[in-house]
Amino acid sequence: MSGKYVFSTSVCRLYQVEYAMEAIGHAGTCLGILANDGVLLAAERRNIHKLLDEVFFSEKIYKLNESKSRYIIYNIVETYGIPFLPSHRYLLQYQEPIPCEQLVTALCDIKQAYTQFGGKRPFGVSLLYMGWDKHYGFQLYQSDPSGNYGGWKATCIGNNSAAAVSMLKQDFKEGEMSLSSALALAVKVLNKTMDVSKLSAEKGVYRDTCIQSAWSMQHMQQC
Amino acid sequence: MFKLSDKILLLCVGEAGDTVQFAEYIQKNIQLYKMRNGYELSPKAAANFTRKNLADYLRSRTPYHVNLLLAGFDETDGPGLYYMDHLSALAKAPFAAHGYGAYLTLSILDRYYRPDLTRDEAVDLLKKCIEELNKRFILNLPSFSVRLIDKEGIHDLEKLMPVGAK
Repeated sequence: MSGKYVFSTSVCRLYQVEYAMEAIGHAGTCLGILANDGVLLAAERRNIHKLLDEVFFSEKIYKLNESKSRYIIYNIVETYGIPFLPSHRYLLQYQEPIPCEQLVTALCDIKQAYTQFGGKRPFGVSLLYMGWDKHYGFQLYQSDPSGNYGGWKATCIGNNSAAAVSMLKQDFKEGEMSLSSALALAVKVLNKTMDVSKLSAEKGVYRDTCIQSAWSMQHMQQC
Repeated sequence: MFKLSDKILLLCVGEAGDTVQFAEYIQKNIQLYKMRNGYELSPKAAANFTRKNLADYLRSRTPYHVNLLLAGFDETDGPGLYYMDHLSALAKAPFAAHGYGAYLTLSILDRYYRPDLTRDEAVDLLKKCIEELNKRFILNLPSFSVRLIDKEGIHDLEKLMPVGAK
């Protein structure tokens, strides 16, 4: 059996889910911040081998459709391509981009199913979703291997995420963050949580922002 | 006429039975969307959803033989009229008609429609169409029910009864 069905005598716990969540904690840091005029996702880039031929511009941030949602994943093989299905199925049926929360719910339902049915192990993936829709404006969501999700003003997943979240808690100013101040905050937090002495484009921090009609994907400036 | 939501109406004509079945199916699905997500589908999304369903059934052993008009008011896009036929064609149109009456009324609408019609002018235009039907259409149609959708929602206007029809 998978070990999922092993319960302790006093507490009902799904160990596979917990192991998956712990594995996420070893992956590259990734944080998201909701600003007044957009959402920001910043991710640490780890595969900086000199010989690696760069096919994607970024291995971790994916664009789902024109006006919204990108997401960051850990363990690419596991979930690449899965979010495209619900989002394009919605587009096919309604000829409108899928509202953010509905996409998050669809993916989390899949993730939860892997914790309950089929005897398969859960996805070792935490996702940060950012997007815009006409119902709730700019949004940031986080989901984890259990299939649980929440909407956030600022959050972090991956290595040192707890430290990052407490820093964000102190420095995030509700209602006063613009994209540029969010970027500054993101850099400051990543500086503390990443192992490198100085952040740079080569060390690889990718940043991605969501503005209602325009996308920009830029390397971090030398800081 | 079926009320899909507070600001969307669906008019469904065609094969007896198919009309009600299909329209109610769409109506309940639209309401389910609202219950699941907390917000309603826009008229454009509702029209496309209806069309997609009609198209899927068309290519099955049990097609629905219905012609539809969907009217709705969107907060951002304003009012919209969507014409759908039994072969699942969808078009957003300033005016539309189905059935034999369409042969007689579309020319009237073409001649007198303007994009900046006021509400009363639009009702007058509708009256013109009905007068034309009264004059030239073989069937005697004594009364027409009229509904209007604006940003406040759906309103029932007074029944139109052409003079001389019984």
